[in-house]
Amino acid sequence: MNQAISLNIALVGVGGQGTLVAGKLLGTVATILGLEVKVSEVHGMSQRGGSVITYVRMAEHVASPIIEPAEADFVLAFEELEALRWAYLLKAGGSMMVNTMQTLPASVAIGAAAYPQDIIEALDSKTIGNSHVFAVDAQKLADEAGSYKATNIVMLGAMSRLTPIDEKVFTQAIDRVFPEKFRAINHKAFQSGSDIIKYTCEF
Amino acid sequence: MSQPVMTEKQILLGNEAIARGAYEAGVKVVSSYPGTPSTEITENAAKYPRIATEWATNEKVGLEVSYGASLGGGRAMSCMKHVGLNVAADPLFTASYTGVNGGLVVVVADDPGMHSSQNEQDSRHYARSAKLMMFEPSDSQECLDMTRAAFALSEKYDTPVMLRVTTRVAHSRTPVSVGEPQDQVIKPYVKDTMKFVMMPGMAIKRHVVVEQRQAQVANDADQGMIPNAFSVKTGDGQLGIITSGMAYQYVRGALPQAAIFKLGLVYPLPLAQIRAFAQTVERLVIVEELDPFLETEIKAAGIVCEGKALLTLQGEYSVARLKAALAEATILAPAFDLASLEPAPARPPVMCAGCPHKGLFMALSRLKVIVAGDIGCYTLGALAPTHAMDVCLCMGASVGMAHGIDKVSDTEMSRKTVAVIGDSTFLHTGISSLINSVYNRSTSTLIILDNSITGMTGHQQNAASGLNIHNQGAPELDLVALVRAIGVTAIHEVDPADIRACQRVIKQAIDEPMVSVVIAKRPCALIPSGIGDKDHVVHLDKDLCTRCMACIKIMCPALQKGPDGYPHVDPNICNSCHLCTRVCGFGALKAGGEAI
Repeated sequence: MNQAISLNIALVGVGGQGTLVAGKLLGTVATILGLEVKVSEVHGMSQRGGSVITYVRMAEHVASPIIEPAEADFVLAFEELEALRWAYLLKAGGSMMVNTMQTLPASVAIGAAAYPQDIIEALDSKTIGNSHVFAVDAQKLADEAGSYKATNIVMLGAMSRLTPIDEKVFTQAIDRVFPEKFRAINHKAFQSGSDIIKYTCEF
Repeated sequence: MSQPVMTEKQILLGNEAIARGAYEAGVKVVSSYPGTPSTEITENAAKYPRIATEWATNEKVGLEVSYGASLGGGRAMSCMKHVGLNVAADPLFTASYTGVNGGLVVVVADDPGMHSSQNEQDSRHYARSAKLMMFEPSDSQECLDMTRAAFALSEKYDTPVMLRVTTRVAHSRTPVSVGEPQDQVIKPYVKDTMKFVMMPGMAIKRHVVVEQRQAQVANDADQGMIPNAFSVKTGDGQLGIITSGMAYQYVRGALPQAAIFKLGLVYPLPLAQIRAFAQTVERLVIVEELDPFLETEIKAAGIVCEGKALLTLQGEYSVARLKAALAEATILAPAFDLASLEPAPARPPVMCAGCPHKGLFMALSRLKVIVAGDIGCYTLGALAPTHAMDVCLCMGASVGMAHGIDKVSDTEMSRKTVAVIGDSTFLHTGISSLINSVYNRSTSTLIILDNSITGMTGHQQNAASGLNIHNQGAPELDLVALVRAIGVTAIHEVDPADIRACQRVIKQAIDEPMVSVVIAKRPCALIPSGIGDKDHVVHLDKDLCTRCMACIKIMCPALQKGPDGYPHVDPNICNSCHLCTRVCGFGALKAGGEAI
């Protein structure tokens, strides 16, 4: 049992970016650790290019599957605007990892709204307490690992460095969640995400 | 001492756990129509080879199939979303009178917050009006346990049993210990017309049985004889909460000091137990999402309590919402100075890159017709950029609405009105409406958007797709032949990606003085037959581009205005439908392989 571990992780992005698979992987991580876990997903209409969120809560006991405002230890944003949208979930002292890509919502594409400028810089300059914002070019790293579809796993790799969870547990979870032919790509993607944070921060 | 064998728990969606529970109970037949948030139950049931699982053409058919399977002696289940239960209500109400042979379980998935639905109905009312027992799980383990137990209870009390979940239970993954599957048992069929043929003479007698059964269930629940019916956690004697389902989890998170009476059986209620619980607390509050269902029952029994006076009738609850209503709200410190951050523009769902509906809706938008809509991905045609839908009510309604418009205007409005319906929705409840239109000499126009799949719910096969739930070959319904057999003489076929052809054909169809049907056929861009050739993704010839942004305005997810002011095509997302090349007036967007 890892009774000391209690993590709330919000995976936010645009429908189709792989938040469901990332949530499933974190659920498996929690199981390996012997923790209770709840992963709440969005299916259906919202998935069609809309804003989506997967909540992951793991601890010795978990009741609600929902992460309340300022309750998330991590927000993993797969797109910059979604980082801004869900920033209110992150708690003081928490960390946000942002995939540096912009997908314009329809309202912006047709000129009815403006895409906010310099989101990552804005977030970084408005932190309270010991909170952190990390920009990660996860799609590029995923491409280099073999498929842009592994962007979600790069993001998990980046987050893993900041958790007390042993990297081997993530490795094991990847082996359980992915069929064999996709494992090598995802291990590589995970490692490159992890390395980026290792070289960015002094831990 | 030997260690007990520890099986590591699995992390299952609520819906997966329901399928597992049915499998463990020895279910033989599962027949359902897809609908968010219920779809994954049937998809997961299909993974167990010994279960005969199928997509039915609609929920009423699905329930009748399951009822037939029960009559034939096997255990059977139908699963549907809340509005699907409206369609299946007819067999449900009378199945309550006849009872069952093999255990029969009806699963209904409500959608508080309307993540993917057209209304927020509370299906618990069906349990009361159809006089059926209804269970409500609060996590995936209970989904499994309650489903498994429901089959035995169905046989014990000779009744269909309902299981109600909400989106948050259906679509959350939580740890589950699975059990050993029971054998499938097929009970003998014994003819019993007094029990199964519901004519007035028999039904009058069966109604007496129904009322006795419900009284017996309530009494047995009070005596603790019904598994999962309720559990009690004692508190500090001040606040007592009666709750069920996901609301129970929010109560646990928000009110750790409260005494909790947790209901698993939400109809009929163990009122003697509730009365006894009420006497142990100073203040009693009912916490339930949507309608005051439990509150009404409990107040009617003369038990003093509060409920909807404190808590909303709308949307999902949360720990924060309960704390705000019932306890000291805890202010957590956020990571950002939120007030100083710019608001994020909304990101509503949009049609996918390569979606076949997009071209057709652009044609409808250009024709400026009144569009009677229906339920599916194409309902997004009501939003920007096409704004080409005037009404959307329920599954199959478009056909009848267009006919009504025809009649009220003595056919005049039919010259500028069309109905649009997807292939699966047409088969679900559109066919009988089209028969009505032809029979009653309508001049309305129906466009069937045949994308060869049930798209919105996540790509389920249907009778027109040529495959069954196991992706094995199945008889493929011929829409043209069907429509012709109904008596439609004006039938047109068109490629929805060809906007000009759509405009021409639709114009012709609405001018015809009889029922006309346009079949717009192109597979969904997310299924194998609809995935475009990656060698032919679109690219831009900057020399020809005038930066007019006509292509950007079609709102394709693969097209964005780049920082250089030119449209940019993301080759990872482009599905080679080439719709954008058709709206470009300067030939600047080209399909891959074309010379630049």
